[in-house]
Amino acid sequence: MFMFLGIDYNTWWFLVFGGVITGYAILDGFDLGAGALHLFLKKETSRRIALNAIGPVWDGNEVWLVIAGGALFAGFPVAYAAVFSAFYLPAFIFLIGLIWRAVAIEFRSKEPGKIWRLTWDVVYSFACIIVTLSLGLMLGNIAKGMPLNEQKEFTGSILSFFNPFSIMVAVTTLALFMTHGAIYLAVKTENRLYTKLTILAKNFNVFFLLAFGLTTLYTLLYIPHLSDRIKSNPLYFIFPAIMLLAIANIPRQLKIGNYRFAFISSSITIASLLIAVAIEVFPNLLYASNNAAYSITIQNAASSPKTMKTLLIIALIGTPLVGVYTSFVFWTFKGKVKLDEMSY
Amino acid sequence: MDTEILSRIQFAFTIAFHYIYPPLSIGLGLILVIMEGMYLKTGKKIYEDMTRFWIKIFALIFGLGVATGIIMEFEFGTNWATYSKYVGDIFGSALAAEGIFAFALESGFLSILLFGWKRVSPKVHFFSALMVFLGSLFSAVWIVVANSWQQTPSGYHIVGEGLNARAEITDFWAMVFNPSSVERLLHVWVGAFLAGAFLVMSVNAYYILKNKHLEIAKPSFKIALVIATIFSLAQLLTGHKSAEGVARNQPAKLAAMEGHFDSSGVADMYILGWVNKKKQTTSGIKIPGGLSFLLHQDFKTPVTGLNTFRPEDRPSQINAVFQFYHIMVAIGMALIGLTLYASWQWKRGNLFNRKWLMVVFVWAVLLPQIANQAGWFAAEMGRQPWVVYNLLRTSDALSKAVKAEQVLVSLIMFMLVYLILFILFLYLLNKKIKLGPVMHKADNGNEIEMSSKRENPLMTK
Repeated sequence: MFMFLGIDYNTWWFLVFGGVITGYAILDGFDLGAGALHLFLKKETSRRIALNAIGPVWDGNEVWLVIAGGALFAGFPVAYAAVFSAFYLPAFIFLIGLIWRAVAIEFRSKEPGKIWRLTWDVVYSFACIIVTLSLGLMLGNIAKGMPLNEQKEFTGSILSFFNPFSIMVAVTTLALFMTHGAIYLAVKTENRLYTKLTILAKNFNVFFLLAFGLTTLYTLLYIPHLSDRIKSNPLYFIFPAIMLLAIANIPRQLKIGNYRFAFISSSITIASLLIAVAIEVFPNLLYASNNAAYSITIQNAASSPKTMKTLLIIALIGTPLVGVYTSFVFWTFKGKVKLDEMSY
Repeated sequence: MDTEILSRIQFAFTIAFHYIYPPLSIGLGLILVIMEGMYLKTGKKIYEDMTRFWIKIFALIFGLGVATGIIMEFEFGTNWATYSKYVGDIFGSALAAEGIFAFALESGFLSILLFGWKRVSPKVHFFSALMVFLGSLFSAVWIVVANSWQQTPSGYHIVGEGLNARAEITDFWAMVFNPSSVERLLHVWVGAFLAGAFLVMSVNAYYILKNKHLEIAKPSFKIALVIATIFSLAQLLTGHKSAEGVARNQPAKLAAMEGHFDSSGVADMYILGWVNKKKQTTSGIKIPGGLSFLLHQDFKTPVTGLNTFRPEDRPSQINAVFQFYHIMVAIGMALIGLTLYASWQWKRGNLFNRKWLMVVFVWAVLLPQIANQAGWFAAEMGRQPWVVYNLLRTSDALSKAVKAEQVLVSLIMFMLVYLILFILFLYLLNKKIKLGPVMHKADNGNEIEMSSKRENPLMTK
């Protein structure tokens, strides 16, 4: 076993991959959430402000997905191959959704016509909703496990993806991203639009609490392998505890108008949810629901130690760089959105 | 149709459509750096206006490149799962590096390039343009390295057998600098610079013909013409280097490119031709012994022909490889002739007086695009039947969990979506070009005067 700081390479890469996925969910989560709630904003100026609030950052946020895909492909090629060939159509629907999100943002402002803009508003919002739902659906199925054969290939049918648990996870994800997106937009806006967004954020948060409660209940009752580790070790309770505190903190911060803390709370909610899933599935990457021995793990899916080492070096050099320019961009575009001639 | 052919068509279609955009981004990136650099140096308004105009076009092109590019990364996993497992150890690190070093750099600074005019100083803005350009160059590095490894694998060993066999890296730098990566990367970069330069010339030639925006159109055209002339000549060198590399590393591909069957005979070079695969003959206009001369500087030296290889190890579409290769070469030559002629006219002071020449330049934007596509089709079809040369057959590389019907559904979906995207892209590009550069009043940066009478949609409330 090759170790670095007492942890083996494969576990390190699991942490890196998990970190990138979490980063993606927090960052693109607010873009997608802002898109999903786009049609709740009625005025043309409000919609433009909402678009320009994510305008300079959504593309960089999507890069985290590209990095996550590369990280999975490079570190755990067997898992990458199994997951995407299994999710063949959902994955393409997800990706085509991302295409429409991108082009809708780009195209909308290019014509002044009402119908043109309304069309792109609808395309944009539905693309974000579909992307979020399919992301949640895939996450749900990965967490729950899928039937695999000895060659680590998916043997189930497409219809099996639409099981109650995964649908619940999808809906919960949508509710969470919409809350998160509304809070982000509240940070970037002022006056009446701001007030409207704080109300939306509170309502979405209630929606999220309901969906989250139901999903948790269902998990505890029907999917024991997604709660046994946390149940067996009280130390792990810290994550659900942090999550609950963060969720409860959202309406409180919104009430006192401290939207930055509200945003941090919703980010922590996303992170702690993913951490809870990671604790439960580790060391599996994809649990084989038909025969646990066929599961794809961080050991049997991994690249060679040499590649793992190369990847860790790339991550060590790359992460600070990405951090620097991501912060630079967010810093440059800090503050409330102001429309100008280069805006969407 | 079976899963293999459908998956190949889908991959070819999605990558070919994607590849319309990145070369333009790379080429325009270079031109933006030059234009904005000249603005910083001279402080002249026209350079600022031309930079701003091309940034808007760049944004549209870049957006489509990102949107269609993300598909590619996941298509390896969806359609080519066995391939992904086989090459993941090698190819994955290049892809991960591309994401973290190139795309993050590109997309981060792009937002400053697009939205940051008033938020950062001109120097920081120029720096952003430079970083976007560098990011796009880097992204070409990693993807060409990965593809070149498939053409000329090195720095690896094979672990496991049969279904579980896979390539593992033994030497990272030998993988990166595999025998074909440097020459192919240069060839790709130069092709991208040409695509960008010809787009700029096309748009400006159109303005010159319409007698519009002349104070910006003429200098922009000249900047692009310099780039196009230098790089169409440079492409001759990188192209020659690549052909030599193919002869050395992938003789079956080279033989298919020139329709050369007989290993004991000298190899001819065709200007135009047609390959008859059954009869194993090639007919057309040729330079006898031309290929022998190109490779060995001697008209008599034999060149390895297709009959050295077992039929199952030869590319199945020899005539297609031949035609794509010849289209690329013919266009390369045409670009040299066109740019040299235009430069000569410029020197004589006649560049913008030759109306027909401007008409040619309006349409010449298609030539580098066609050459780039044809070159890749020749390279990829010429590598067949292998997905990793001499190691993994394309037919063995598929996802076993995916059925032909699923691929058919996704292929139709892509065709529909991309058709709509392409129509919208052309519509918006055309609109932006018709609208033209926005002229700023010299003394007041906030006041904007429209160069055309139409209202700027960006200003609409």
